[in-house]
Amino acid sequence: MDLVRKGAAELGELIAAGETSAVEVARAHLDRIAAVDGEVRAFLHVDRDTTLAQAREVDRRRAAGEDLGPLAGVPIAHKDVFTTRDMPTTAGSKILEGWRPPYDSTVTARLRARGLVILGKTNMDEFAMGSSTENSAFGPSHNPWDLRRVPGGSSGGSSAAVAAYQAPLSTGTDTGGSIRQPAAVTGIVGMKPTYGGSSRYGVIAFASSLDTPGPFARNVLDAALLHEVFSGHDAMDSTSVDAPVPPVVEAARRADVNGLRVGVVKQFAGEGAEPGVAARFDEAVELLESLGAKVVEVSCPHFSYALSAYYLIAPSEASSNLARFDAMRYGLRVGDDGTRSAEEVMALTRAEGFGPEVKRRIMLGTYALSSGYYDAYYGKAQQVRTLVKRDFDTAFEQVDVLVSPTTPTTAFPIGERVDDPMAMYLADLYTIPANLTGNAAISVPCGLADGLPVGLQIMAPVLGDDRAYRVAAAVERALEDRWSGPLLAQAPEL
Amino acid sequence: MSVNTLMDFDEALGKYEPVLGIETHIELGTASKMFCGCRTEFGAEPNTQVCPVCLGLPGALPVTNHAAIEGIIKIGLALNCDIVEWCRFARKNYFYPDMPKNFQISQYDEPLCVDGHLDVEVEGETYRIEIERVHMEEDTGKSLHVGGATGRIHGAEFSLVDYNRAGIPLVEIVTKPIPATGAKAPLVARAYATELRELVRSLGVSDVRMEEGSMRCDVNVSLMPRGASEWGTRTETKNVNSLRSVERSVRSEIERQAGVLSAGGRIVQETRHFHEDTGRTTSGRSKEEAQDYRYFPEPDLVPMAPSREWVEELRASLPELPAARRRRIQGEWGLSDLELRDVVNAGAVDLIEATIAAGADAGAARKWWMNELSRRATAQGAELADLPITPEQVARVQAMITAGELNDKLARQVFEGVLAGEGTPDEVVAARGLKVVSDEGELASIVDEVIAGNAAVADKVRAGKVAAAGALVGAVMKATRGQADAGRARELILERLGAS
Repeated sequence: MDLVRKGAAELGELIAAGETSAVEVARAHLDRIAAVDGEVRAFLHVDRDTTLAQAREVDRRRAAGEDLGPLAGVPIAHKDVFTTRDMPTTAGSKILEGWRPPYDSTVTARLRARGLVILGKTNMDEFAMGSSTENSAFGPSHNPWDLRRVPGGSSGGSSAAVAAYQAPLSTGTDTGGSIRQPAAVTGIVGMKPTYGGSSRYGVIAFASSLDTPGPFARNVLDAALLHEVFSGHDAMDSTSVDAPVPPVVEAARRADVNGLRVGVVKQFAGEGAEPGVAARFDEAVELLESLGAKVVEVSCPHFSYALSAYYLIAPSEASSNLARFDAMRYGLRVGDDGTRSAEEVMALTRAEGFGPEVKRRIMLGTYALSSGYYDAYYGKAQQVRTLVKRDFDTAFEQVDVLVSPTTPTTAFPIGERVDDPMAMYLADLYTIPANLTGNAAISVPCGLADGLPVGLQIMAPVLGDDRAYRVAAAVERALEDRWSGPLLAQAPEL
Repeated sequence: MSVNTLMDFDEALGKYEPVLGIETHIELGTASKMFCGCRTEFGAEPNTQVCPVCLGLPGALPVTNHAAIEGIIKIGLALNCDIVEWCRFARKNYFYPDMPKNFQISQYDEPLCVDGHLDVEVEGETYRIEIERVHMEEDTGKSLHVGGATGRIHGAEFSLVDYNRAGIPLVEIVTKPIPATGAKAPLVARAYATELRELVRSLGVSDVRMEEGSMRCDVNVSLMPRGASEWGTRTETKNVNSLRSVERSVRSEIERQAGVLSAGGRIVQETRHFHEDTGRTTSGRSKEEAQDYRYFPEPDLVPMAPSREWVEELRASLPELPAARRRRIQGEWGLSDLELRDVVNAGAVDLIEATIAAGADAGAARKWWMNELSRRATAQGAELADLPITPEQVARVQAMITAGELNDKLARQVFEGVLAGEGTPDEVVAARGLKVVSDEGELASIVDEVIAGNAAVADKVRAGKVAAAGALVGAVMKATRGQADAGRARELILERLGAS
């Protein structure tokens, strides 16, 4: 039985049926990691003993008759932005190298409660700032489709791990596209839930009003099962939505779009996408129509300003969120030789501990919030946010979901954009509007362009997460029929 | 610019008109912190009341303490403020080691309570202090700078930080500028702080102890030439940690600024520190080079939108406020304005009221607290309320007086014994043998002995000089070691000498 090729739901069933055990499944994945991660470099931290101990505990709890749900014993790769008691947590930054949090994030705690087995912590752009993992202080991860290319970012370690069969599931956080874009360029499914639908407690903050934890998986149903495990109201996060989790699993199983109204965002139809991506997107729209969806073009005139607004709001919040890394209580401390003042130690530590992109954004944000500039930058950006929300509201009066390509290009080569921040930022062109407004959005594979995966983004209303899953599952089912299997099966062997 | 010549206070007031402004921070006495569940006990071992949230660990998030919001709304209502229907927290960004997140969760342009007032009385005159805003924020940790001359971070060898205080709910109450107080400015400032403390204490939302830092005042002072209409540059004096210091700091700052201005100098807008020992202020950091706090709405918290029903519920739940209470007791106890003020200033209102509740009459309760006990408190340098005697015990002593078991002189000895830790009033009476000699036969024979032994005085009384009887009464009291009923002794003496 090739356990690492199996999906999460299937593994859960096999474990439940006693045909395999959490320990056996964990061991298979740890072996896979040992075999391929030297090339993929998806993980920052793997600790075989801790993982196997977790797996044994799940087997014991199951044997004792505890009902842990459908993913009990299923392994998961966990983005290194979530705090974990038993593993270091760095957010991809040197400033937190070696930090062992004294507490679990809510997502971590919920994974454990439902018997998921954490394989390790995955690589990411430092503090989730980036679209390629090249901003990680610990070096980039590699795209399993082509190891010379990026796996997307910021949650690129998580997307690479799932695409490379090192884990059937992984977690990510999406601030401007950091789940959907890496999912798209590695040929897997990635979901950004409604903002507040999943708890940020214990997620090392990048931009508080945008950060949203979400799932990665190799198929839509698995993503929905994971979504259900860690979502829902959390009293520890004031911005958490106090509403039932939308019926995402049911929607993923339903997988039909008959009669559904699908909007194509006019502003994103031609803008910026390379020809291969545009072609796959057009085919996906035709496919939806052939499945019974009613496709209409809708106008979202303010989406064009979303990227600019995002690059004021996110750095502004980040400049404040990252102020706490000051060498006083945890993490890196530089220059504390007894002669320097606290301020000097803070400055030296931050100079050495933060990478160039993080510094760039701290400076951008500090500037945008400065007295005399606030109204022109941060204030104006918040107004744009309101206008983008109005566009969504108007659009969702006419349609049930909106679709666009997930990202304008396929995976780009490592090193290609590191010296061109603007080019890097454009990777999030299509994903950012949903972050600004808190809408749910998913990326599902829709084909290859020049041998590299392309993603279809499906955006749904706030708390309409189930609708995104329903459409994504329908697309997945139809395309798998066409391809006689998942897109990922076409990836080269590692 | 360092002009150190102070101007005499009266001279300063002859030339300049002060304008005040007072910002007061009050720590609420909630059981848990503002944004986490940590305890808030004062004086706990350093860094034992901390968690990921109040330590600002990566990933931790704040959750608003409902009890704190209730507390600030009560304060706002008691200060006659409007409670806004919607407002937000904001982040105030600056780096300091005792600020775990390097930003403070506070409120900026959207405070919860606005436009109130508090009336205070100084020497029979009422001043209405306008309240600009009352807002909610979190306290910082506490730094202890070790080594160096000033106790400040600059020059210290090292610093220790205690985060127990970090995240304790803090209410900031900001007055509008207070003009036209003239020479009474220091007294008005003190009266405001006193009244505010009483008000907040009456609400039961804080223990408002200035010496423990649960109430802290920053006092703004500016001067303008008499007759001018444009206000001068103000300074903000921090570290003002007692009511007396509030008064002294205003006085000192008026004298200093007047000295600077009259010498042709310029007041620098700055933070100044008050020193209890010298009664003077010294320059802190200049506001002209002040940092930009980069305020923006706190994205980790949802807006506050207290429902009107809740606000009205809280309004209805407010206790009798100090001003109303003072009016009531003045009537009930029959006090003149002056007597009332003395009682209030002595911090005796609660004590007297409790003594009355324990059975004493108003006059006696007030007499004991305001005279004998106040004198002893002053001698010990203690607050009246801190004396080791309860209102119930004072009422018990008075009950013994009413019953004729004690006289005032003996009662004073009882108080002395109770304060010295000798036990309850009854125990002190028993141990010291302080009962009034009320046995008529015993007293009569002592009176006879005294008359016999003081024949010359007795003759004078017989001859009609009744005043001379005082010496005989004194002798009786001496013979009984003060335990006789002096009134009865006098009656017996006059009776026997045929002068009654």
